[in-house]
Amino acid sequence: MVATRRALLGILLACVCLAADGQERFITVASTTSTEQSGLFGHLLPVYEKQTGVKVRVVALGTGQALDVGRRGDADVVFVHARAAEEKFLAEGQGVKRYPVMYNDFVLIGPKSDPAKIGGGKDITAAMKRIEAAQTPFVSRGDRSGTHMAELDLWKASGVDIDKSKGPWYRDTGQGMGPALNTAASMNAYILADRGTWLAFKNRGDLTILVEGDKRLFNQYGVMLVNPEKHPNVKRDLGQQFIDWLVSPAGQKAIADYKINGEQLFYPNASDPSA
Amino acid sequence: MSGPAAPMHGPHTLLPLRLRSVVFEAGGRRIVDDVSLTLEAGVRTVLIGPNGAGKSVLLRLCHGLLRPSSGTIAWNAPEIPGRARRQAMVFQRPVLLRRSALANVAYALALARIPRLERLGRAREALDKVGLSALGERPARVLSGGEQQRVALARVWALRPEVLFLDEPTANLDPAATHEIERVIAAMHAAGTKIVLVTHNLGQARRLGDEVLFLHQGKLLERTPADRFFKRPTSAEAAQFLEGELPW
Amino acid sequence: MNDLSHAANQALQLVASGDPKLFEIVLLSLRVSLTAVLIACAVGLPVGALIAVGRFPGRHGIVVILNALMGLPPVVVGLLVYLLLSRAGPLGEFGLLFTPGAMVIAQAILIAPIVAALSRQVVEDAWAEYREQLRSLGERRLGAALTLLWDVRFSLVTIVLAGFGRAAAEVGAVIIVGGNIDGVTRVMTTAIALETSKGDLPLALGLGLILLTIVLSLNAAAYVVKETAQRRYG
Repeated sequence: MVATRRALLGILLACVCLAADGQERFITVASTTSTEQSGLFGHLLPVYEKQTGVKVRVVALGTGQALDVGRRGDADVVFVHARAAEEKFLAEGQGVKRYPVMYNDFVLIGPKSDPAKIGGGKDITAAMKRIEAAQTPFVSRGDRSGTHMAELDLWKASGVDIDKSKGPWYRDTGQGMGPALNTAASMNAYILADRGTWLAFKNRGDLTILVEGDKRLFNQYGVMLVNPEKHPNVKRDLGQQFIDWLVSPAGQKAIADYKINGEQLFYPNASDPSA
Repeated sequence: MSGPAAPMHGPHTLLPLRLRSVVFEAGGRRIVDDVSLTLEAGVRTVLIGPNGAGKSVLLRLCHGLLRPSSGTIAWNAPEIPGRARRQAMVFQRPVLLRRSALANVAYALALARIPRLERLGRAREALDKVGLSALGERPARVLSGGEQQRVALARVWALRPEVLFLDEPTANLDPAATHEIERVIAAMHAAGTKIVLVTHNLGQARRLGDEVLFLHQGKLLERTPADRFFKRPTSAEAAQFLEGELPW
Repeated sequence: MNDLSHAANQALQLVASGDPKLFEIVLLSLRVSLTAVLIACAVGLPVGALIAVGRFPGRHGIVVILNALMGLPPVVVGLLVYLLLSRAGPLGEFGLLFTPGAMVIAQAILIAPIVAALSRQVVEDAWAEYREQLRSLGERRLGAALTLLWDVRFSLVTIVLAGFGRAAAEVGAVIIVGGNIDGVTRVMTTAIALETSKGDLPLALGLGLILLTIVLSLNAAAYVVKETAQRRYG
């Protein structure tokens, strides 16, 4: 009996100690699944943390969700890739200032068999029109992510009213990039993906890049501090410190240094005024 | 075989217990049908009767586990809820906790608000009285049926109740164990506890009873001193019962 | 089958290499789920026992609801706790969102009904057996609840294991309230979800095998303890 009681007390104490959070300095960054799953943060954050001693905790969601997390004041910084949504965020007074950080590009992925015959093309809108015409399976993120918003913009640019043309060929999955790629691989479908996630993705099945390089596939990332006026708990100084580093030569170099199999994923462009 | 001990009534004793026109109904049947009687101290009362006569229910009504459908059951100086109980009951099947025999007895003493320091001593004494002092540390539930029932008796012994109700305490035990239990019951009676015993064992009734209450179909048909009852009962049903010829 | 053997290989390699990240994730998983189980039991066991021995209006309804709550979808619990703990929510000032604390809270809420409902059943069965005797000795309902809880302690071991299993296995609640933050709130199940979504299925399966092994070992250990103690006490 005595032994049991002692054991229970020990377990209780251990759990209480373990549950207590460390007293470290940290910020919470709401970002997208593409930045997380491409492995960029895994490369970037240790560099930053070693330099400043500040831990960066990244919650990876879709762009829409990430911005909502910012709106609720649950993050200090948002780091996403959908300019229109970011501008809206600023217009609502939820963010302080938008800094362009880097870009990568989207690529149109599809089965090697390429039923819509778009492979090797340089015109994204032409390719998407052909997919719609052929009604070949196409997987959409459907989750208000940056990628999803880019996909919708491209349908519009191709002259396709996707809401009307949606049929059984268009699979609206509501998933992150990785799961959507899994789905596309299992169905041999076309899918728009960011190059970063694609390069890090391992379950490719029969899929390969079919269209790339079109300027309209350009995917710009921006970072914003969540407005401390609206959310007093935001760590203004630590958050701004991270943003400043991202756009600094050191940060930009760290971004450029990230490669998978020798291939660079993200191109820093903080100094580009039009970004 | 000792006769009744000197009656011990006073202003603060539980006894006498007065039942007036007690009825207990369940499932549309009258299990106890208009029973009136007075239980007094010093007399060992034995309840006998055929199955379904209402003996166990009557016992539980007296002990307070059941409430009568009508009629009154009144103790002389009733127990105060929240204070130590002055009456106890031993059931046909002993119900013991998953603890040592000693701990089981100590548990009952804790409920009776006996101070902690006294408990173990009294528990050991009680186990000793029932001949189980060697088995005190054993888990109660691994003991034999007879030993478990003795633990149950030790438990009530330690409480030193004024009244002890027993519902067929040896029905499941072999003769040796039965003998042990009867010895303890006799000792408790000698120490001043009023015994109210339900039994099917007529030999036991003869050995342990001073007076016999005979129940049949919920009615109290006869109340007779024990030695007279077994020689010549007053009611026809009791006579048939003793011959084994009472129809159900 | 190829995937499975590949996964088993990955699992062995991970464990053999003593990968610190893996160790961290396993430790966090155990911390969170064990703490949640502790809290759930501290609440659920007394509640279950009291309902078992209690008699009050609406008791039947409460029992039905309690049993139904065992099937609470983890993702719903996650969502509700998220809304509670978000800065925009009523408990936002504590800054618990995206911390292990939030995960503990969500899992505790998830398991408490399981512990309560199952212990209610076990205690109620024991109450049926002990009731007359305990009342005869003068035990009141509250005391009876505690006495019975201790007496059925061996059956409670199984219940606690069931609760722990549910906690260690779920991903829906912890991924929402924890955010699956690398090094902070990434546990085994959320790590498996992440690797799956990255398409690294062998690694995901490997982690899954490790998780299964841990849960199995815990169950085996608890079983042995329970059986030996039960044999002793009868």
